[in-house]
Amino acid sequence: MANIKLENLTKRFGENTVVDRVNIEIPNGTLVSILGPSGCGKTTLLRMIAGFETPDEGSIFFDQDSVVNVPANKRNIGMVFQSYALFPHMTVEENVAYGLQQRKLSKEEIDARVKQVIDTVHMKEFQKRKPKQLSGGQQQRVALARALAISPRLLLLDECLSALDKKLRVEMQTELRKILEESKVTTFFVTHDQEEAMTLSDFIVVMNKGIIEQMGTPLEVYEKPKNKFVASFLGKANFFQSEDGTSFAVRPEKIHLSAEEQAGARQEGVITFITYSGNITSYTIECDGEAVLCEKQNVQIRENLKKGQKVFLRWDKDSEIELADE
Amino acid sequence: MKKKKKLLTFPSIIVLTVFAILPLIIMLVYSFQSDSGSSGVTLENYTNFFLKSVYLKLTYRTIINSLAVTIISLIISYPLAYFMAKKFKGLKNIVMILILIPFFTNQLVRVYSWLIFLQDGGVLNSFLQSVGLIEGSLGILFTQGAVVIGLVHAFFPYMVITIYLALERVDNSLLEASSSLGASKVRTFFQVVLPLSMPGVVTGIMIVFVPCLGTFVEPRILGGVNGTVIGTVIEDQFFEIYGWNFGAAIAFVLFAMVIISMTGLSRIGRRYDNE
Repeated sequence: MANIKLENLTKRFGENTVVDRVNIEIPNGTLVSILGPSGCGKTTLLRMIAGFETPDEGSIFFDQDSVVNVPANKRNIGMVFQSYALFPHMTVEENVAYGLQQRKLSKEEIDARVKQVIDTVHMKEFQKRKPKQLSGGQQQRVALARALAISPRLLLLDECLSALDKKLRVEMQTELRKILEESKVTTFFVTHDQEEAMTLSDFIVVMNKGIIEQMGTPLEVYEKPKNKFVASFLGKANFFQSEDGTSFAVRPEKIHLSAEEQAGARQEGVITFITYSGNITSYTIECDGEAVLCEKQNVQIRENLKKGQKVFLRWDKDSEIELADE
Repeated sequence: MKKKKKLLTFPSIIVLTVFAILPLIIMLVYSFQSDSGSSGVTLENYTNFFLKSVYLKLTYRTIINSLAVTIISLIISYPLAYFMAKKFKGLKNIVMILILIPFFTNQLVRVYSWLIFLQDGGVLNSFLQSVGLIEGSLGILFTQGAVVIGLVHAFFPYMVITIYLALERVDNSLLEASSSLGASKVRTFFQVVLPLSMPGVVTGIMIVFVPCLGTFVEPRILGGVNGTVIGTVIEDQFFEIYGWNFGAAIAFVLFAMVIISMTGLSRIGRRYDNE
């Protein structure tokens, strides 16, 4: 476990700057998500921290130690790969013991640690199996156990839930969070899934085209996105221009709809599309040629708003998010 | 539909029967007949083979030769395949073509090239003399050494390819995982890469060792009188001495050796199967 500091970290592949002067400082024991679309440089960033890529500029510090010149196998970093990268010729136990065997530990110490970690991820009954005999979710647990077994200073997770189906993924998210909170290890979690980033992390780093767009807690990043990219990548947003030419965003769930004209209505329009998805209903409303998305929690069963109906939109001044760009 | 599919296998069944199974049966029948003209079933060909120490010695030499070829091919092929699969990126195709050249070269051309290269006063001889490594003649041609060199050249490409294919399938993320878990490059190689490439190694051994047992062209041309192995004996029996029955018996002994080594190797191979 350690404080992690990235200073001006830069990586170029030929002409392309994949990671551009990234600065992040993470306190001990934090769960950080690096969130961004594919090709934003998040995986390259992770690979530099792991030691698989050498940065062109900048430094990486674990506490006070610069690790840029430390080879990957000396960094003591646990990594869970997108493909899990379990050793196919070894059993679950052997996979988990692998990292411990590289350290000068007695067989008793190794056995005890392996047992403990396998218990943590609830894989005890599968410990004699080979990876091929396990489901995706189980392989995921083994990969996590293998990375945690070495008591790493830092844990790196590379899109490791994306291969699972949705239901399992949601289950694993919660479980992963529990395990990580228990083990108190500083964690970087790379993902392109904003929901996953919000559920799993204390802190979200939003990346786009090699630079950091915004850093903050899930609440900060969702409620106060700095620019259009962050607002639209993290959740949904409607964009408006105010009279003075600045632009602002309003989240769909913060817009109130009513069939009758009421005081403080900001826009009026016609419902063009309704999607009912159980807990919420989404309305697309056409206002002055712009589509506005509005989501209502279905606290009561209601069907009072119909397609083609004229509605009035209202939101609080607080719900307007001022955007920095353009 | 199923019937139609079965119908499609007929041509191959016919070819196999006519050109492989039938000749084998004929050979088997021959091997139990006497070359001295007396009719009836006899075991004399087999007893001749196993009781004469010269044939046992030849068998031994054949096996040792094939083992030598296999081991040397393995020593050459593994590093080559490893670098092709894991290190060279752009060069890979060029190296592959270079390796495949012996494949496409006519056997006689290949063997006679070695003859010219290795003979006393030949290219290698003059080169070694000019650098001052040896004086006088090299004397390597018409020895078992020359035979082994010729066979390695003929067979190692097979091994490079089988090992290369196995190594290609070892995902690079496994190497990174091993490294992140603290293993050095050497330990990663011995604990991850080597075990995972073993199916390719075993197939390679099979594909080199087995055909080596039966070769006769290289032993004859590059080994001369010292090159006699089972393959040349069989050839002599059929084409020089016209002792077809005895030749057939030796061929079946060779066949048995092939079957035994293939069974053994595939059993070893199965141990490394992770599928």
